[in-house]
Amino acid sequence: MNPERTARVLVFALALALPLGVLLTRWAGIPRQGGEWIEIHGRMSDDGGWTPDEITVDVGEVLHLRLTSDDVVHGFAIGQSNFEAVDVMPGEVTQATVTLEQPGRYVFYCTRWCGVNHWRMRGTIDVRGETSEPDTAMSPLYQSLGIDLEAPHPADVAPPDDPPSSHRGANLGVPIPDRFLTAAYYRAHSPGETWHSLRAEAAAHQLTDEEVWDLVALVWASNATPSAIEEGGRLYASNCAACHGERGAGDGVMARALANGAAARLEDRDPSPANFTDAVQMLGATPALLQGKIIRGGMGTGMPNWGPILTDAETWALVAYLWRFQFGPANTGPDTAR
Amino acid sequence: MTRRDLTHFRLIKTVLHRRGPQFALTALALGGFVLAIVSGLAGTPVGSRNFGIVAVWIAWWAVLMLVAVPLFGRGWCSICPIPAPGDWLQRGALLQPATRGLGLGRRWPRATRNMWLQNAAFAVLALFSVVILTQPIVTAVVLLALLFLAVGASLIFERRAFCRYLCPVGGFVGLYSQLAPVELRVKDRAVCAADRQKSCYTGNAAGCGCPWLVYPGALEKNTYCGLCLECLRTCPHDNIAVNWRSVGADLLQPRGRRLDEAFKALIMLGSAIVYAAVMLGPWGTLKSAAYNIGSGTWLIYALGFLAFVFVVLPGAFLFTVHAGRKLARSAVPLRRAFVHFAYALIPLGLAAWVAFTLSFVFANLSYVWPVLSDPMGWGWDLVGTAGDSWTPYLTQVVPALQTGVLLGGLLWSGVTVRRIALEGRSQHPVFPLTLPVMAFCLVITLGLLGLLVG
Repeated sequence: MNPERTARVLVFALALALPLGVLLTRWAGIPRQGGEWIEIHGRMSDDGGWTPDEITVDVGEVLHLRLTSDDVVHGFAIGQSNFEAVDVMPGEVTQATVTLEQPGRYVFYCTRWCGVNHWRMRGTIDVRGETSEPDTAMSPLYQSLGIDLEAPHPADVAPPDDPPSSHRGANLGVPIPDRFLTAAYYRAHSPGETWHSLRAEAAAHQLTDEEVWDLVALVWASNATPSAIEEGGRLYASNCAACHGERGAGDGVMARALANGAAARLEDRDPSPANFTDAVQMLGATPALLQGKIIRGGMGTGMPNWGPILTDAETWALVAYLWRFQFGPANTGPDTAR
Repeated sequence: MTRRDLTHFRLIKTVLHRRGPQFALTALALGGFVLAIVSGLAGTPVGSRNFGIVAVWIAWWAVLMLVAVPLFGRGWCSICPIPAPGDWLQRGALLQPATRGLGLGRRWPRATRNMWLQNAAFAVLALFSVVILTQPIVTAVVLLALLFLAVGASLIFERRAFCRYLCPVGGFVGLYSQLAPVELRVKDRAVCAADRQKSCYTGNAAGCGCPWLVYPGALEKNTYCGLCLECLRTCPHDNIAVNWRSVGADLLQPRGRRLDEAFKALIMLGSAIVYAAVMLGPWGTLKSAAYNIGSGTWLIYALGFLAFVFVVLPGAFLFTVHAGRKLARSAVPLRRAFVHFAYALIPLGLAAWVAFTLSFVFANLSYVWPVLSDPMGWGWDLVGTAGDSWTPYLTQVVPALQTGVLLGGLLWSGVTVRRIALEGRSQHPVFPLTLPVMAFCLVITLGLLGLLVG
């Protein structure tokens, strides 16, 4: 072949055909919604979050996902599903497959603390089927109990010094009436209310105030199984500790950024994460109130709404874990107690 | 060391004479260049997984600063893909030395036949460098802009005007090519003087006239010779040599020293200091300012950068030169002394850039393997290395290498200062004349050691 022609072929191949081929390969193989694969790009929420952030599938349809991050490490999980969370690394593609068997609106979200607005990084998967109402549409307990999540709820009593202990309470040998030991009672009453009720019991007349608090701890322990505490601890560590702090004192690594958040200033709210070691606030709160705050989120603060993500059992496990910050880590009953 | 003509080796001469090998390398580089643009525009925006960023700012930069420039001077320019399309359009051919091409063939404006535009172009790119180096799309836009600029220059002006007067990389490559142990020169100037055709400059059937607008017969420095080897092909007397020579031989050539080149030496040295401070220093505020382009802090950074490389550092150097003249009671005009002594900063400047390059190249070289397998970050695994994790290389050795390079650069600059002072058999005492300049080099070296090695 003529050298000049060879040169032209070479330049055409390297400078035009090669890149064009790359793009064509991409175009030919690009997964689109409704096709075989759906590619989801993750960016920090201030830069756009997930793209796409809305996906629609039919119930039972196998969803093939190609997940990639355009900036930092993210995680991908689908709330209220058995999909196991995966890491989404910058510039790498993680493939995942999921089948959603129940119709409804599922929320997918980031599981890695990628920034102060990490919790805003969410998207939805609409699963079309015969039923359009997802499980989360059920009325939460705080609403049926008429609890105002915004109302102050300070306890008018508090333990004198040491945290109440269910072990000490059990060793007192004082029988606790069965009505205190039901899940319904536990969820609807605060430790402070329970202390007053137990204090009024004839069997507790001889007890000191501190010993009555130990009975309260015993009541709470009867509603906290080790497996629930373990699950709650896992959820707390991955979803809550960054703001509320590892020890629950409201001093997580993101707390300062939240305090400076524009959203909080706009709403004229205290954006500081709740301090679970604050006895006055915690002992005046009912488990239903805590669950309500978890489900609904803190309006105008950085507290996300976990209702569309966590299952009912997960929210109660998380609530059970939160009481550790008042009653100590060993405050559990047997796994069969509930 | 005497010069040794490498064209005496038959194999080397054959390879250099033929256009094929050079063209093949250029075409290959062009393929990589276009792929870098495509990956920047369509690939992942994650720099460490994008071919454009990794190939250009890690692989290419490492080859350029650690191998090509120190050993071959403008060797890269001889296969650079940026001017190639414009060059081919201008010549109307890719391989053959054809003469019917496109272009107006105008002469470059006389007022800018110097390095000032290259100085400005480099400074402008440097202002945006933190973003250019990390964001693939910005890299792609810059590469495209350079390509269009090069093609446009080729269609309007004669020969390789872009390379000679505009290319921001070509400016410093030319400056540092004076240190390289390779040069292209004529074997016998008398042969050139006797030749009336001057085919090396005007071109003939065997090749083009010098694309770099250089007459090889008068060539005394590497600065503006692009090693395109056209003169090797066109010379009817086989009078062109590609010599292996002493390193830095051009620095001892007093003729042709110019203010624009002197400033280039200072700008490059100042830029290396700023880059080291921004990218490797402990000042997060400075890093943020350099990154947040368009913000008020970036504006302050930009003004500070320009002031440092164009005013503060040259001003400090001018002061040291002035102090040396005073100490030595020298009658050499200040401007002349400033220009001549600035050439002594060239070894230190190259050492600074080599040391700076060492600081990140080996740490980031392992990004090359995943990108080879998945150049676009689309989840491909072409050669099975897409999953290779980041592994810094030679972490224990790099600080020692950097120290050695910087101290070597200081020593080389010190020796060059003294030799420049001795030029022309001046009567003024050398030691007081050179002392402030050597102190200047020492301070710069210590500063760079602090920033790069810690």
